[in-house]
Amino acid sequence: MTAANHPPEPEARPRAGAVVVGASAGAVEALSAVLPGLPAGYPLPVLVVVHVPPDKPSAMADLFRMKCAVAVREADDKEPVAPGTVYFAPPDYHLLLGRNGELSLSSEEPVLFSRPSIDVLFESAADALGPGVVGVVLTGANADGAAGLRAVRAAGGTAVVQDPATAQAAAMPRAALAACPDARVLTLDQIAAFLRGLGDRHD
Amino acid sequence: MTPKPESTDDIELRLLLEAIAGQYHYDFRGYSMASLTRRLTQARDHFGCRSYSRLQDLVLHDPTAFPKLFSFLTVQVSELFRDPAYFRALREQVVPHLRTYPSLKVWVAGCSAGEELYSLAILFREEGLEDRTLFYGTDINPEALKKAEAGVYELDRIPLFTENHQKSGGKSSLSDYYTAAYGAAVFDKTLRKRAVFSDHSLVSDAVFAEVHLVSCRNVLIYFDRELQDRAVGLFKDSLVRKGFLGLGAKESLRFSAHAGAFTEFAPHERIYQLRGAR
Ligand SMILES: C[S@@+](CC[C@H](N)C(=O)[O-])C[C@H]1O[C@@H](n2cnc3c(N)ncnc32)[C@H](O)[C@@H]1O
Repeated sequence: MTAANHPPEPEARPRAGAVVVGASAGAVEALSAVLPGLPAGYPLPVLVVVHVPPDKPSAMADLFRMKCAVAVREADDKEPVAPGTVYFAPPDYHLLLGRNGELSLSSEEPVLFSRPSIDVLFESAADALGPGVVGVVLTGANADGAAGLRAVRAAGGTAVVQDPATAQAAAMPRAALAACPDARVLTLDQIAAFLRGLGDRHD
Repeated sequence: MTPKPESTDDIELRLLLEAIAGQYHYDFRGYSMASLTRRLTQARDHFGCRSYSRLQDLVLHDPTAFPKLFSFLTVQVSELFRDPAYFRALREQVVPHLRTYPSLKVWVAGCSAGEELYSLAILFREEGLEDRTLFYGTDINPEALKKAEAGVYELDRIPLFTENHQKSGGKSSLSDYYTAAYGAAVFDKTLRKRAVFSDHSLVSDAVFAEVHLVSCRNVLIYFDRELQDRAVGLFKDSLVRKGFLGLGAKESLRFSAHAGAFTEFAPHERIYQLRGAR
């Protein structure tokens, strides 16, 4: 997809621009094994969609703020993403990443019964960052994230899926794998190490 | 993050938005592209077009296609008393200030099918402010404005509306304000006797009245920052000194060029107050 006047990226492995994560049933446990592993000063922003009931104020940001060395926030509209920060999608809003590096929220229709939708976040990030996006699909009992992860791969990004055998709910990682057979299949510990490693490679 | 070079899709999208602005005078070029692109992709698929260029051809040459496309371009999700905590804060914290004025004007910008305006009309009636208040509901979607004018909602939305109203600190029963007929809830006409619904775009139109409260919820999220600044500039110029601006639950002035003109009145509910003399 590179135009003739734009030579291909010289680096064999383009530097990541953002990590996007989707989780549903079993999300709190799975994220507890991943997010606290990110060191203070982590060089990437991490955008997270968790399926939560729309009417409850999200406890996610508050919960993980206490557990994490990186900053943790619930995303605000048009907030510029900052490295070393985890942004949770607010309940009942889709979270999108724009090409200008700002977050956008939207209350349009749920996608696959979900708002926020993992697909919506992943597709926007793939469009915004192309090869610079790392998509991670964790435990869940539905198929959200599969189309999004495929978009991440199609844009040249990196796809990571929690090993369905180790997931509290296997349906979502399975669907993601069916959509992206070449995704890295990792346990939660390996995912934590992989994400930390992205930080090391960054300068 | 280095921007990607413009792809064919990007070029076509840009031209499509230009065509819509040129022919129909609705300018979506300053909208938040991340979500607008999604909606245009859905529209393209809905019309069975292979590309945005084909969609552009259709919309330029078939005038019946535009209204349908328009419904993809604007997002119409709303509720009565959506985010009850917002309405509770208006009731408990803003209303005491509003009471000090002999007459009031309220502008609901991006009112969709009227849900937000009817919520305020009910709240103002409960608080005894209705008779001194004029409500302006504005939107760019003609279908939505027609619905707002009619004040008729599907009956199956009423349980949620009722629950929201109670949570907002409602002092009456929502059933006092509508009659059920043929699967629909028809809201009391007297609620809109002091309301004016009209076509007004935050993108291109000017200030039209001096108001005490602007409620503009879940509209700015569809705009880019520059366009948000334009809209908030209109609110600023339209508000009386110490007037109030209420935004959606996840919208804020934190990143706005006009942040300095306002104080955070009820930060959690995203209610701002225009400063006095600067
Ligand atoms: C999601 S609805 C918000 C409804 C209501 N305010 C609420 O919070 O429930 C967004 C509304 O903004 C309107 N809108 C979009 N662009 C606009 C513009 N340029 N000027 C005025 N209204 C606009 C849309 O037509 C739609 O009715």
